[in-house]
Amino acid sequence: MARTMSRRQFFSRAGTLAVAFSLAPTLARSFPADVKAAGASADLAIDSWLVIGPDNRVTIYSGKVELGTGVQTALTQIVAEELYLTIDQISFVQGDTSQTPGDKGYTAGSQTIQSEGPKLRIAAATAFQALLKLASQQIGVSTHALRAQNGQIGIGHNLNRARTYGQLIGQQQIQLTSDATVAVKDPADYTVVGTPLPRVDLPDKFLATFTYMQDVKVDGMLHARVVRPAGRNATFVSFDESLCTAVPGFVQVVQQDNFVGVVANDEWAAIQAAKALHVTWQQGAPLVAEADLPQALRDPANIYQTNPTQAPVGDVDSALAGASVTLEADYFTPFQMHASIGPSCGVADVRGTPDPTTGIQATVWSGTQGVYPLQGAIAGLLGISTSAVRVIYVEAAGCYGHNGADDVAADAALLSQAVGKPVRVQWMRQDEHGWEPLGPAMAHTLRGGLDANGGVVAWDHTVWTPSHSGRPGGKQGNLLAGQETGALPNALGSPIGTGTRNQPVNYAFPNNRVTENAVANFAMASGVTSSPLTYSLPRTSSLRSLGGFSNSFANESFMDELAAKAGADPFAFRMGYLSDPRAIAVMQAMANKAGLSHAKPPAQNGMLSGRGISYLQYENKLAYVAAAAEVQVNPTTGTVQVTRVVVAHDCGQIINPDGLMHQIEGNVIQAVSRTLKEQVTFDANRVTSVVWASNSFFPGKQYSILNFTEVPTVEVVLIDQPTLAPWGAGEPTIEVVPSAIGNAIFDAAGIRLRTIPFTPDQVLAALNP
Amino acid sequence: MAVPLTRTLSVNGTTQTVSVDDNTEQLLYVLRNQLGLNGPKFGCGVAQCGCCTVLVDGVIKRSCVTPMNTLTDGAEITTLDGLGSAGHPHPLQQAFIDEQAGQCAYCANSMIMGALGFIEGRVNAGNSAVPTEDEIKQFLSGESSASSYVYLCRCGSHPRIVRAIQHAAEEMVH
Repeated sequence: MARTMSRRQFFSRAGTLAVAFSLAPTLARSFPADVKAAGASADLAIDSWLVIGPDNRVTIYSGKVELGTGVQTALTQIVAEELYLTIDQISFVQGDTSQTPGDKGYTAGSQTIQSEGPKLRIAAATAFQALLKLASQQIGVSTHALRAQNGQIGIGHNLNRARTYGQLIGQQQIQLTSDATVAVKDPADYTVVGTPLPRVDLPDKFLATFTYMQDVKVDGMLHARVVRPAGRNATFVSFDESLCTAVPGFVQVVQQDNFVGVVANDEWAAIQAAKALHVTWQQGAPLVAEADLPQALRDPANIYQTNPTQAPVGDVDSALAGASVTLEADYFTPFQMHASIGPSCGVADVRGTPDPTTGIQATVWSGTQGVYPLQGAIAGLLGISTSAVRVIYVEAAGCYGHNGADDVAADAALLSQAVGKPVRVQWMRQDEHGWEPLGPAMAHTLRGGLDANGGVVAWDHTVWTPSHSGRPGGKQGNLLAGQETGALPNALGSPIGTGTRNQPVNYAFPNNRVTENAVANFAMASGVTSSPLTYSLPRTSSLRSLGGFSNSFANESFMDELAAKAGADPFAFRMGYLSDPRAIAVMQAMANKAGLSHAKPPAQNGMLSGRGISYLQYENKLAYVAAAAEVQVNPTTGTVQVTRVVVAHDCGQIINPDGLMHQIEGNVIQAVSRTLKEQVTFDANRVTSVVWASNSFFPGKQYSILNFTEVPTVEVVLIDQPTLAPWGAGEPTIEVVPSAIGNAIFDAAGIRLRTIPFTPDQVLAALNP
Repeated sequence: MAVPLTRTLSVNGTTQTVSVDDNTEQLLYVLRNQLGLNGPKFGCGVAQCGCCTVLVDGVIKRSCVTPMNTLTDGAEITTLDGLGSAGHPHPLQQAFIDEQAGQCAYCANSMIMGALGFIEGRVNAGNSAVPTEDEIKQFLSGESSASSYVYLCRCGSHPRIVRAIQHAAEEMVH
């Protein structure tokens, strides 16, 4: 574990050059007192530091975290480039409320590269220009005569009379603030950015020397498991621990309101004791019936907000009334899971009183996407001050949004507080499948009108979506353990920008209306969460691309329906409404790679072959993505095999082409999985799909993901824009794949699937109406 | 009532005597919590994902469903921790690095240990052919004659994992 360093120490260590900068663009807040005391300018919203030490090593203190996407490597490349270093000279201290400054929100939404990259570049360039000036003074030549390499600055290309950064800094304490006007390197001179450097974290992961959240051990640590309620709205009645006491190592049952956990000396004992504990619950109000979801989402009684997603264009109603042909279709995507391979894990050490030196009373290790929002929520849960809580980020198994990481940390904190010792909790698989915050089910109605020439005269997309925003946000009521102990979650907010992501299209239609309906998961009155908390739908939050997955599925499938109605080629039809040269370029690149001008692949024995395409611009203003999918549909079994997916991708400047390629591949494969297989099932009380695979031992519903034999060939065309801003690539591609597959199935079999997942049952029902 | 048990095992080539209070405790928890081996991981607890895969006497086992009382004294346990080091990585580890075959890589133990058992099992059975891409995919999907275990990856590193296993096999079968 990295040693603790107070903010003040950043500015008081001898022999360092520190650049303060902000990674959060919208922050307008007061300074921590210790930073102010250190003399920092009060009008600068510092939330990160870049520090160069006497050993030439650069340390970035940042609230952003590595979520398994390779972001750390890419950010390191940016710093190495501007400071003429190699990537092994740069380290990150990530996500520790005692070490990383600020109130930085979350690592999410495909934002890290595009929001942090340019700011890190400027901070590093600010440091470099200061070093260059020092070198000019100390070596006695003008800065123009100086060159840098591997952490040294000297005269000319041979670096004569070179001095290392550490030597240049000497014993000085140099405090700078990032200078937005600083000279940065010309992209034409890049040697590190744009190269496919291997990820810095992977060797340790393959050698079993990496410490995941699940591997964190603390001295004197006990183990625990939670026993969640029998239903989403169930209330605790009683427990019988008589069988637990026979488990060697059993310590105690902790029960507070509806929160129940079992603590033991070792992990096996915790698992056995949790199984042995008999808890009686009273079931509460039933959830909406799963089979009724498409209607229930549209039921006005469940809607708390209806708004235009964007300003309407033209007059849709008149245009539809005057259209030669009109078309209307409903689309639906189910609740889906993050389904991390490693169940969520948290460790907490909650003491009876704050440490007299640090003031810390609770230390929490978590795979959270935001240490600060979790810090406040944990403080509220424990009834102590926020400054008495330290949250330390440790990378966990794959994070594709707001999964169980925060909740399990809260479980550990509550249990540690109860037993007065450090406690580790790892969720069992059924806890993860059953209780993680889900990606919401969504319903869409699309209407379109064509003129006599097959041109689109009207487009009308209405979406119904539960909330995509259930993150801790500093409130214990947004954590499971908080809700179980009586706290209320934040009232549900507007879905604009979350549930409506990519609901608008980038096609130039003369009449275009996009409307959102926000659906409540739980009862609210007058915009406030009603007490007692009563869910009508499963708890939801942020899953990769938020509403974009479902919205794009609906948009790009319906676009294909309109093209078919118009008798037009799907590619040419889309191109007719695109004028942005970058959009046209990704479409052309996709078409060339996919071979759209050639016949689709032949049908395999007894199969139906099809090819479909899709396009979008992420958040309507960022990365451009076009995809083509090839499928083989088995008309006898209804099975769909996606055989090949081609993606053309322009996310601006490419920092690491191999890392980018890997993100796109991962997006495609996860999207194929979500499109073909994934659906959370639930009954009146709770999620029922709690195993990866049903069998005679686990006869319940399964939530399964793609197997190796189901993975398509993935081919990616990267379009680099070295002189433009880098944009994120963590989410855009997942949005285009479902519709490309659906369109390919239509091409293969003439059936239009409007409900995800495309199961064999659904295919057979469509083939044999 | 729980029955205690003591076993002497050979873990990654080192003799280890371990005691458990409950002889049905699964090997996974002994490896992780008593022996400090972080290679094998908890994923599902019911042998459906592969995170906990180890070799016992050269045979692939899901350590989350391998009770201690099913192991004999002297059983040889191999975990990812024992395969190679930074200076001398196992061919599978090197191939995974070369192919960048993981994102979160929580499944790396699953894939590498499964592949190790798969390739060594073939070689021991007299088959020294490098497995084809389809054979590797079928093995990892539980569709091969050798094994019905499934290996899950959520991040979507599948194509790289298959390439890495094939490249490592080229070295391992000779």
